[in-house]
Amino acid sequence: MGVAEGSFEVVMNEGLRSELSKQGIFTTTLGDLYNWGRKNSVWPLQFGLACCAIEMIATTMARYDLARFGAEVFRPSPRQADLMIVAGTVTKKMAPQVVRLYNQMPEPKYVIAMGACAISGGPFKQGYNVLKGIDRFIPVDVHIPGCPPRPEALIHAFMTLQKKIETQQLTGVNRPRHLDAEAPSEFPVPKFGGHDLEPPNNPAVWHAPKLVREP
Amino acid sequence: MVMETLEQIKARIENAISGAKPEIIPNESPSAQRSLLLDPAHAVEVAKFLRDDSQLRLDYCSNVTGVDWLDLIIKEKVKVKKVVEGVEKEVEEPVERKRPGYLEAVYHLYSMALKHGPLIIRLRTENRADKNHVPSLTPVWRGAEFQEREIYDLYGIIFDGHPDLRRILMWEGFADHPMRKDYVEPDDYEYEPTPHDEVLEKTKQHHSPEPKP
Repeated sequence: MGVAEGSFEVVMNEGLRSELSKQGIFTTTLGDLYNWGRKNSVWPLQFGLACCAIEMIATTMARYDLARFGAEVFRPSPRQADLMIVAGTVTKKMAPQVVRLYNQMPEPKYVIAMGACAISGGPFKQGYNVLKGIDRFIPVDVHIPGCPPRPEALIHAFMTLQKKIETQQLTGVNRPRHLDAEAPSEFPVPKFGGHDLEPPNNPAVWHAPKLVREP
Repeated sequence: MVMETLEQIKARIENAISGAKPEIIPNESPSAQRSLLLDPAHAVEVAKFLRDDSQLRLDYCSNVTGVDWLDLIIKEKVKVKKVVEGVEKEVEEPVERKRPGYLEAVYHLYSMALKHGPLIIRLRTENRADKNHVPSLTPVWRGAEFQEREIYDLYGIIFDGHPDLRRILMWEGFADHPMRKDYVEPDDYEYEPTPHDEVLEKTKQHHSPEPKP
């Protein structure tokens, strides 16, 4: 735990805490308890699009069990899910559906972009029908590179997400989106245009990194 | 069992269906797979003959694909009799011929019953713009249904007689036909870390200007 408002280092003496725990008294802060509950029960949404879905399925099977990290069951309905693992190529025909499903998930919600295709279009980047990265329309928390990433990589990403949830604070400027009344939780769904999606990306969510080429 | 030669098949088609004039298209590549060009008016009848004839029994249409042929200017050298310095000689002169473009659908047919094949069939449209209708062979081979939809989506050939002709990969309302040679794709090349060749040209429009020294 980092030094943050409401963490042990500020509130309580470590020595006193370990003495109390030997006597059977457990102490914590409200923020840590809240985050502990949230990070250990992240339920993903069943959302495999292409080949990365096979690796995601392998991660949930017996050898690399994802359920021991709290992803107990993959929910079929977005209304009951916390996490959307976008596994596979997002085509432009599918992109409005992905954004609609994301909008239907209740806060707090997280997105993992699994594989090269979900991060940036991947090997099919120059395709006329491929959306070059799902982060053009929805905010992504963890990106996993790989084609496909191994199940261990997906577990590592899940653990990274858990660490991210652990450090979120209840109040203050850096509080997460679901505790901030002004932050948007639904993003506009792109429409099908004559030549491309309209809009082709969401400027509130994604800016193309500026590359300055050396002469 | 070996299938008969293309010339024999062509002769039997001409005998069986009056008015049909199949043409053999040569192929100079190493695969040497010659194909049969059918005219649109008799295509469905010829297809039924190929499927039902007892020696051919071509009942499996394994692949249907499209080709976009642009307008070509063919330069040839022709021997012409000319008067050169007072003497009549045969001289080679370069001549240009324009071959107008068209769209083409190519069918690969195999026989599951007699275990032979492939026979390759072509159907051509008249031009690449408005006269792009061709009869659909889906009533003859059901396997061509989705593939003809794909050709309609990506090339723009309209198949008359297709039970459900609509776009299959792109969405309804998409205006272009992406596999045509003159398709310009939308500009999503704002961020390319390692571009080269044509992608480099496309990304140069998004590069920030070089810092002034």
